[in-house]
Amino acid sequence: MRYIISILIENEVGALSRVAGLFSARGYNIESLTVAPTEDASLSRMTIVTCGTESIIEQISKQLNKLVDVVKLNNLIEDAHIEREMMLIKINVAQVSKQELMHLVDIFRGRVIDVASDIYTVELTGTGDKLDAFIATLEEGAILETVRSGVMGIARGAKALSLQQ
Amino acid sequence: MELSGAEIVAQFLEDEGVDYIFGYPGGAVLHIYDALFKQDAVKHILVRHEQGATHAADGYARATGKPGVVLVTSGPGATNAITGIATAFMDSVPMVIITGQVPRAFIGSDAFQEVDSVGISRPCVKHNFLVGDVKDIADTLKKAFYIATTGRPGPVLVDIPKDITAPHIKIPYIYPESVDIRSYKPVTKGHLGQIRRAAELLLIAKRPMIYTGGGVVSSNASQSLTELTKRLGFPITQTLMGLGSYPASDKQFLGMLGMHGTYEANMAMHECDVLFAIGARFDDRVTGQLEQFCPDAQIIHVDIDPASIAKNVHVDIPIVGDVDEVLSDMLEILKTIDATPDKEALDGWWKKIEKWRKKDCLQYNRKSKLIKPQFVIEKLHEVTQGDAYITSDVGQHQMFVAQFYPFDKSRRWINSGGLGTMGFGLPAAMGVQLAYPGEQVACVTGEASIQMCIQELSTCLQYGLPIKVINLNNRYMGMVRQWQEFFYEGRYAMSYVEALPDFVKLAESYGHVGILVEKPSEVKSALEKAFAMKDKLVFVDFITDQKENVYPMIAQGKGHHEMVERELA
Ligand SMILES: Cc1ncc(C[n+]2csc(CCOP(=O)(O)OP(=O)(O)O)c2C)c(N)n1
Ligand SMILES: [Mg+2]
Repeated sequence: MRYIISILIENEVGALSRVAGLFSARGYNIESLTVAPTEDASLSRMTIVTCGTESIIEQISKQLNKLVDVVKLNNLIEDAHIEREMMLIKINVAQVSKQELMHLVDIFRGRVIDVASDIYTVELTGTGDKLDAFIATLEEGAILETVRSGVMGIARGAKALSLQQ
Repeated sequence: MELSGAEIVAQFLEDEGVDYIFGYPGGAVLHIYDALFKQDAVKHILVRHEQGATHAADGYARATGKPGVVLVTSGPGATNAITGIATAFMDSVPMVIITGQVPRAFIGSDAFQEVDSVGISRPCVKHNFLVGDVKDIADTLKKAFYIATTGRPGPVLVDIPKDITAPHIKIPYIYPESVDIRSYKPVTKGHLGQIRRAAELLLIAKRPMIYTGGGVVSSNASQSLTELTKRLGFPITQTLMGLGSYPASDKQFLGMLGMHGTYEANMAMHECDVLFAIGARFDDRVTGQLEQFCPDAQIIHVDIDPASIAKNVHVDIPIVGDVDEVLSDMLEILKTIDATPDKEALDGWWKKIEKWRKKDCLQYNRKSKLIKPQFVIEKLHEVTQGDAYITSDVGQHQMFVAQFYPFDKSRRWINSGGLGTMGFGLPAAMGVQLAYPGEQVACVTGEASIQMCIQELSTCLQYGLPIKVINLNNRYMGMVRQWQEFFYEGRYAMSYVEALPDFVKLAESYGHVGILVEKPSEVKSALEKAFAMKDKLVFVDFITDQKENVYPMIAQGKGHHEMVERELA
């Protein structure tokens, strides 16, 4: 099964390599990993998407918690949560109808953020599925490049991953 | 007080109560060595190889419970220390390793003797630091000692760039008395509700079994474990790392369990209905085939490391906490429960266990004309009155000590269980002997293992360490040979140790005493002679039976009930 683990970690040199090293040393999967400082610059927030059985995820969570730099951890799949991913995608519009493309971008609530001759760059956010679905609508050969942020997640409601809670 | 970074290191170590530091100098730590030279509170032991420094600090830590401290230079100094750091990590030994690093301005430039020590050590330390500023040295060292010694202990490495130890940069120093790390708060007190549930389950058990590991040693919980075991009247077995933390001569003790454990311990594991696991981690050398592990048992597991619980086997009642605190709480809770263990069921259980015990699974040919390694260990036990500190290397000789030297006290049996590091024994014995100068310290080793850190014989002479080296010389990497005999149809690939040195002469050339023993009848007198030389290191080279094997044995992938036993002619 797919799991999303949120981590609050000390914003120290090497903290990321401790997390990445743990996954490779113990043979765990990383589907995606995002990390950036929080509003408190001494802390980073990391979102890891991984998959495995329940017992493997339990081990991953415990092993992550054991890292001295990890302040807090929570498994988003256990609660109601929101996940988002951002994609920038560069599309060759020489071969596709611009009108049709604009229509698609609209449906997916994306935006065209850069235009050059025959090239549109589109920004899109949503769940991974939504981004995949957008890609699937494009004809083969139309995509010049894509870049995806990896998943970010946050719990719904009052529940928060913070020093206080 | 205004001190340089190097002086802060030395002063901090004194303030932290460190009496010995094991190390080897080099460019990146010269400022620190200069500061150490000017004081005498912290005694520096100069080893002959950085691996020796880590094992010596490790032996010191295991014997005393205090953290072992190591100082090595950058680059090769740090990489040489890695084996010993990994050894300490696998067995949860508290250790602080200070490595020199190239000056900050050179980091990342492939400078002379530069290696990413933090990166290289990361998977085998509990935590590590690269100190970025002279102002951070004292606090970082304090954190390192705190992390190394609390929770599940382990090695912590502190990498210090040379420029921040320079003599001309002086800053005010105050010893940091306390430390607070918001991301590190180990739990020591167990959940009382869980402890009560565990106690209730133990009281209704029909075929209970206690299984304990190194956690009992780390937590100094021998007394509470012994009291609890006595009170319950249950059989108890221990892992290689746990030996001594329950008196081996007591009749409730069934011996070690696992791959080379006793028949009675392994059978009792297989048939128990409640397993009480304490400070043990269900290692594969202990459990055998997991699918067949304790098939009928409900499992209670106490451990300070939540990640150890339910890692390999399903646990019914997990208790996270310090072993000694949890067992003490359990003793209190038992007083409030109006019930006693099921006497009738226990009697039946013990009858069964005694039948298994009668098999005498550790028997060996006592009439042999060759020296049997088991016989040497039995005599070693006799001559030392069972009261020595014994370190070992890795191989058959290690298993023979575990089987034939019943330890009655904790912290007396010092060996590399998790990593299985050949070369550990001699340097570890140095750490033990330094910690306890008046005690008998023996290193039981093999002719292959001893050569991995033989250079430390020179250190032993320098510091007058009267260790007794018990070399069980079978001219084979015995443990490897045994596997090749059992599983590779006797193709002894590279396990015969050829071109051996004359160990007696070797010991003598290092300035020690060497004794060669070739006949069973000479074993005891040689040991007596060796231990009578109280201020000499004596290297006793026992020429043992080349083909002796360690029995019983559970082959890899087999269950506890599928042991192979020795067949005596
Ligand atoms: C550093 C290291 N290399 C290799 C091994 C694999 N190994 C385990 S036991 C053993 C043989 C040890 O031989 P010896 O020291 O003579 O002990 P014996 O088994 O003969 O008692 C070897 C090579 C190891 N444990 N450690
Ligand atoms: Mg040998």
